[in-house]
Amino acid sequence: MTDVRNVIIIGSGPAAYTAAIYAARARLEPLVLEGSVSWGGALMNTTDVENYSGFRNGIMGPVLMDEMRGQAERFGAEIVTDDAEAVDLTGDVKVVRDGSDREYRARAVILAMGSSYRELGLPNEKRLSGHGVSWCATCDGFFFRDQDIAVVGGGDSAMEEATFLTRFARKVYVIHRRAELRASKVMQERAFANDRIEFIWNTEVVDVLGEDKVRGLRLRDTVTGAERTLDVTGTFVAIGHDPRSALVADQVRRDEAGYVLVDQPSTRTNLPGVFAAGDLVDHTYRQAITAAGTGCQAALDAERYLAALDETTTKAEPAAELAAVEH
Amino acid sequence: MGSIKHITDTDFTENVLQNDKPVLVDFWAEWCGPCRMIEPVLEEIASTQSKLDIVKLNVDENPETAAAYRITSIPALNVFSGGKVVKQIIGAKPKAALLRDLEEYTA
Repeated sequence: MTDVRNVIIIGSGPAAYTAAIYAARARLEPLVLEGSVSWGGALMNTTDVENYSGFRNGIMGPVLMDEMRGQAERFGAEIVTDDAEAVDLTGDVKVVRDGSDREYRARAVILAMGSSYRELGLPNEKRLSGHGVSWCATCDGFFFRDQDIAVVGGGDSAMEEATFLTRFARKVYVIHRRAELRASKVMQERAFANDRIEFIWNTEVVDVLGEDKVRGLRLRDTVTGAERTLDVTGTFVAIGHDPRSALVADQVRRDEAGYVLVDQPSTRTNLPGVFAAGDLVDHTYRQAITAAGTGCQAALDAERYLAALDETTTKAEPAAELAAVEH
Repeated sequence: MGSIKHITDTDFTENVLQNDKPVLVDFWAEWCGPCRMIEPVLEEIASTQSKLDIVKLNVDENPETAAAYRITSIPALNVFSGGKVVKQIIGAKPKAALLRDLEEYTA
């Protein structure tokens, strides 16, 4: 049997690392299972983060995450770079098994697995993934120098990617199924002002064309239904994210879209001792700073939960001693 | 067992194509977050077995090789054996999946 820890944190983004900082400073000696290839979370795919307060000139996403991770380690959080493969969260002692078949046990668990990018769901999208279809502009923009490419989506991520991609591409088409963007005003203005970006409104992608690499997209006008082909050599998909909650699906209550439900304004899930934070829970704000904020809340909630448990056990102890004396 | 060696356009032929052992080439760049995310797994694989050599090629500094193998998405892990690409893994895959994918070369 392995030791029973105070708290295990599953995740690797701002929510998980912030929870780890707070839990470590509360001397809870947290264990963080950050995933084998996911340390840093979604911000690892970004460049300048301009809206995380405290950085007047912005900060690079990967640098911010490296700092958060280091800050958690500085206060004694134990970080394991492996995946949580299986969990049993229903008992008083929670059990988590990692990708190397190691088992960890704790009295509390904080879930902060974040979200994963959404796919278009087209058969040829998967086949051409890595051959012109990409989900990471910062990774792959470089390979599309002086080419015509497309970004699919209308939110902040889509605007950021489109703007970033104009550093390399000759032309960037933004394909959006509505007539207006969901992106923040500052991101919209920046994209509208960029003469290498052309917007294609009220349009959805119905097929990705090409044999061994992307040659174009088949588009459909959502108003008229008319179809046409757009010649591009690359497509960046930025149509949103889905919560990564499959790991806990059979144990923790979730909404229809898979977001973990918490007893707001706390971070308590339906299971005692199990808390959830960040993009795994939040389908409204989805910002690095709100994730960090809820990560902090989850650590404080876990701390209080553990303190209450300790109080009941210490109350029970004197009684046991008394019983021993009587014998 | 070994560490991960950095290779270039110049010594690619010698280190990869003429290598007697299978070689995994990690096509990466400084600005690629997921490339940094898979580093610990690759280091672990490099240090725990000796059948598969692991090398890194910076696509920014070595565009010829990246273009020759039509790399358009990184991280891209190409396994070479006898001078030919025998396997390609694109994107940051979890450790267990990566180990499974590479089993025939590492076990």
